[in-house]
Amino acid sequence: MTVADESSVDDFQPQPAEPDPGRKRSWRKLVRRPQIAFGLIVCFIWLVVILTVHWWAPYDPYESVGDRLQPPNGDFWFGTDALGRDVFTRVLYGARQSLPIAVAVIASAVLIGSVLGAAAGFLGGWVDRVVMRLADVTMAFPAILLAMAVAAALGPGLKNGFIAMVIVWWPIYARLLRAQVIAVKQREHIESAVSIGATQGRILRKHVLPLSFTGVLVNATMDLGQVVLLTASLSFLGLGALPPAPEWGAMITEGAKYFYQWWIAVAPGVAMVTVVLAFNFLGDGLRDALDVKAATR
Amino acid sequence: MTDLTQAAAQPLLKVRDLVKSFPVRSSGFRGGRGLVHAVAGVSFDLHQGQTLSLVGESGCGKSTTARCVVRILDPTSGQVEFDGVDLGTLDAAALRSARSKFQMVFQDPQASLNPRMTVGEILAEPLKIHHIPGAEGRERIRELMSLVQLRSADLDRYPHQFSGGQRQRIGIVRALVLEPKLIALDEPVSALDVSIQAEIIRLLERLRDQLGLSYLFIAHDLSVVRHLSEHVAVMYLGKIVESGTNDEVYEQSAHPYTQALLAAAPIPDPLIERSRDRIVLAGDPPSPIDPPSGCHFRTRCWKAQDRCAEEAPVLADPGIGHLVACHFPEVSNVIVQQPVDFRRPT
Repeated sequence: MTVADESSVDDFQPQPAEPDPGRKRSWRKLVRRPQIAFGLIVCFIWLVVILTVHWWAPYDPYESVGDRLQPPNGDFWFGTDALGRDVFTRVLYGARQSLPIAVAVIASAVLIGSVLGAAAGFLGGWVDRVVMRLADVTMAFPAILLAMAVAAALGPGLKNGFIAMVIVWWPIYARLLRAQVIAVKQREHIESAVSIGATQGRILRKHVLPLSFTGVLVNATMDLGQVVLLTASLSFLGLGALPPAPEWGAMITEGAKYFYQWWIAVAPGVAMVTVVLAFNFLGDGLRDALDVKAATR
Repeated sequence: MTDLTQAAAQPLLKVRDLVKSFPVRSSGFRGGRGLVHAVAGVSFDLHQGQTLSLVGESGCGKSTTARCVVRILDPTSGQVEFDGVDLGTLDAAALRSARSKFQMVFQDPQASLNPRMTVGEILAEPLKIHHIPGAEGRERIRELMSLVQLRSADLDRYPHQFSGGQRQRIGIVRALVLEPKLIALDEPVSALDVSIQAEIIRLLERLRDQLGLSYLFIAHDLSVVRHLSEHVAVMYLGKIVESGTNDEVYEQSAHPYTQALLAAAPIPDPLIERSRDRIVLAGDPPSPIDPPSGCHFRTRCWKAQDRCAEEAPVLADPGIGHLVACHFPEVSNVIVQQPVDFRRPT
């Protein structure tokens, strides 16, 4: 301890105050990164397709509109399937099945998982033990097997597939949020919230959750792609969307019967690849943007 | 603390036989449950406008004591009486509203501020919780911000945009905004650069004098303690081993642990430093899960005898004017650093 820095209080010069410049700049930088830009553009295109496809799609997805099993040509860009339906139109309409269900599954799983996970991490004790054992039991099954079992028990159809997938996914978010909540709970700013007289509810809402949620958000974005895949897998196995619905997985099942007419299965497959990639890239970008460490250190 | 002039007045803070133990599961295949006795029966008084320092090496229970006093932790047993009210008797809601009168400043200003809230939000939160009207609250924040030399434009910024010293000043304003009588300072400068330390110490001193605050100051830096406080209590393994006024403890220490602690503090003068006696303690402090019988310090004490293992010494005045917990107290003249003057030379 020396008296070296005598002048520091009075000579204290605050840096020019800007309204949090770091955060805005990092968003702009992110959008400029090719990965993220690709993710955003692809997601945007699919969103436009979902909202407007019924106005401009070249054919009806359920009608036989030409000769069966035509290879890709000027009239039928991705060819026609075994019933003479336009594959291109059906792929576009397929987005209306897969993407909303993916969003719904993830939203429900995040909601259920977060509530249970936050309760487990924040309250601890028997709540923690019960929730985590439930999660363990669920996660002990391979995702596709559990989803198949649930969907088979409830009967095929997208609604039951949705229920099955929520059951598969909630433990992931419960665990993730619980771990984060426990880590954040140790920080001194929680003690300081206690010392100013904040209630438990306020501490959870204002001081624990905002710092714990990033991991869940990033994972949810990436999992959107996984849900698209699992939906398709269930449909492929005959447990999801039922024919003649234009669902990507169901279309691949049909296409698999016609090995030499490759376009029937490849077109929905490629559509799925773009969606899964886009969500993965977005998740990556989101992780960088929301990195608490980078923002606070 | 046995200050005769103050003895008649009601102390602001009265701590009696404070005990805090934490359950631990010992390692190993058949690990049973044990208890860490972090604080093992601590008593002290603190009067309005005064500063009491708790010193000791890490793990001696000084931070836990402070956290029990401001009720961040619930004591296992013992009483904490603040302003004549036993905090242990209050229900949750009454305790929450009583909290406005005793606040805490934390060691790590980085970790003790919510990184997702602006400084303005951080400072307004206690006011909102205690239903203090917006206009009055804003006025208080404005006043305190200028008192600690922060600008009101800083209210819109986030904690990570400030330096360590600035963050600690924000932490101090946050503690002051409810107009408390007592502030527990948990090593408020040890995470800061040395040059900033002096600045914060001077600030704390000025605030105490201007606002009539009382400090419970937790530290391991003896020179800071000597400058800031009137009373010092030395802790070892959950117990107070010696306590008295500054001069009593520094100049006439009678407990061997206090003497060792004082002898270990470096003196910034090579001539004195080279010539003075050293007391080097053997080994580490014993585990607070299984403290030694009798006197806790006997395992590292050069004066230890059979009696020390059988009988725990009581904190009492052996006829030297302040309290010592030792069977063989002996005032010794350990050469210690003179008080450092943190005030600027005039």
